[in-house]
Amino acid sequence: MGDERLGRYIIRRVLLLVPMLFVIIFIVFGIMSLTPNNPGAVMLGLRGTPEAITALNHELGYDRPVLVRYADYIVHLAQGDMGTSYITGRNVFSEIVQRFPATAKLALLSVLTAAVIGVLLGILAAVRQYGIFDMIGTAAAMFTASMPGFWFALIAILVFSLRLRWLPSNGLDSWKHYILPTLMLALPEAAGIMRLTRTTMLETIRQDYIRTARSKGQTERRVIFRHALKNALLPVVTVIGMDFGWLLGGAVVIEQVFSINGVGKLIIEAIRMKDVPQVTGCAVFMAFFFILVMLVVDILYAYIDPRIKVRYQRR
Amino acid sequence: MKAEKPLTKKYRKKSRLKDIWQRMRRNRIAMAGFFVFVLILLCTIFADLLVAYPKALEQNMGERYLTPSAAHWFGTDLYGRDIFARVIHGTRNSLLMGIGAVFVGITLGGLLGSVAGFFGGRADMIIMRVLDTVMCIPFMLMALAIVAALGTGLVNVLIALMLAMVPYYTRVIRSAILNVVEMDFIEAARACGTPNRYIIIKHVLPNAIGPIIVQATMSIGNMIISAAAMSFLGMGIQPPDPEWGSMLSEGREYMFSAPHMVIFPGLAITVTALSVNLMGDGLRDALDPRLRE
Repeated sequence: MGDERLGRYIIRRVLLLVPMLFVIIFIVFGIMSLTPNNPGAVMLGLRGTPEAITALNHELGYDRPVLVRYADYIVHLAQGDMGTSYITGRNVFSEIVQRFPATAKLALLSVLTAAVIGVLLGILAAVRQYGIFDMIGTAAAMFTASMPGFWFALIAILVFSLRLRWLPSNGLDSWKHYILPTLMLALPEAAGIMRLTRTTMLETIRQDYIRTARSKGQTERRVIFRHALKNALLPVVTVIGMDFGWLLGGAVVIEQVFSINGVGKLIIEAIRMKDVPQVTGCAVFMAFFFILVMLVVDILYAYIDPRIKVRYQRR
Repeated sequence: MKAEKPLTKKYRKKSRLKDIWQRMRRNRIAMAGFFVFVLILLCTIFADLLVAYPKALEQNMGERYLTPSAAHWFGTDLYGRDIFARVIHGTRNSLLMGIGAVFVGITLGGLLGSVAGFFGGRADMIIMRVLDTVMCIPFMLMALAIVAALGTGLVNVLIALMLAMVPYYTRVIRSAILNVVEMDFIEAARACGTPNRYIIIKHVLPNAIGPIIVQATMSIGNMIISAAAMSFLGMGIQPPDPEWGSMLSEGREYMFSAPHMVIFPGLAITVTALSVNLMGDGLRDALDPRLRE
């Protein structure tokens, strides 16, 4: 019974993706339509006479109102077409799909790393509050939150690639190449997750049912892992999902530092060239990827939090 | 009657602000952050007394890539410019972007958040639904898209960061206001027939301001870092104007032979962000005594 309701909840959430995507494209489209440059001027550059520019704009359909172009974009997108790049003339969608695996791998690996490091250190810090782990962890969290990720990455390259020669500094050719970018992306998120885990864990440890568990004579490890952790982790799961958005943004910068050919690097190149279809495509694609991840997190949440399950059973 | 007056005066003297300040003064780490931040502010204001601005731009091809020395504390860069002078004069741009983005963003978010939180109902639903969707576009991507549309430069980066942060601020402010609106004294004010405008300004905002100030302080550091990231990507302040992020992007090419070119601007960002974050942490503890055990 419960699973059937949960299934309905999942279907509803999946269907909700469609209007969300419409709004996202609308926003991105709206922002990009503020661009002072028109495609004709960008593509023809200095060679373009005003007449040629106007003619090219007309050919591209750029002289139509924004809303018409928006509707047109949606119709094409439904067929998997995001238009062609102003600069390279290549298909925007296939360019993104080609670059996407690097970004996705990097982001997913980082989120996993951040979650594992953050949750473990957070538990340690909470269990021994004001202990050595708590002190070091809190200080480290403060530092990583204040350090620009890309600078941290540059310093890491100086130390691990130049001085120690342990790890390569650019590209993603082997597993070794993943270590630095993944860690550099993950550490600031791990710091945030650690602080949150510590707080929720401290709150949970003070609950009555934990005292009950202890007074039943359960081992401390069992109390922490069986009784406290499950409840303390609920808010952490949501934040890990939200962090994913920051991670995708951070990936833009980190890809630049480590010369990784991902979507992040693509969008920066596109912005420099004023390649509007490519920028729009990248932004829409990344946003869609992010809402898919959030969807998974929401469903996961419904599974692990019995309170949400109960709410859907009652309806 | 006469005897009562000094008494009320005495009570008023120990205002909430003073109370918070006293609590914060006991937090040594937060005070350290506060002093470093004040120092940085002074450096910004009196930058020209420390090193003249032309020194940050002056090229000297005979003195390229020099390592730190007595003449050039932080060394020189690829054009032989003094990195110390560039770091000092870069402070203004970074602080301007950091504080400016937060200040304007919070004001806009405050407006939306108070409307959503105070009036609730349909206004709340519409505002929050729209913002929830906007937040599906990752912050950095949103900011980059805005810069892509408006063009590069300090003002456009400022606008981009500020607009991209509005949904996050609106959320925080709305929840801070929701907590207050439920209180009995708001009900009492409503029962007295106080106009909404007056309730918001006189009763709701002063009581909800705590978490808002904390959020603002904490996000200044974040904005300084984001602004530097934008410049690092070549979207922010254009060379030769000194800015920490663009200095890092310049130094990156030469960092294997001249690592000081990336170390000092990065340290400047970290120290500034750290001082603001420590201050914000202390403020949070001072505003919410429950967090202290």
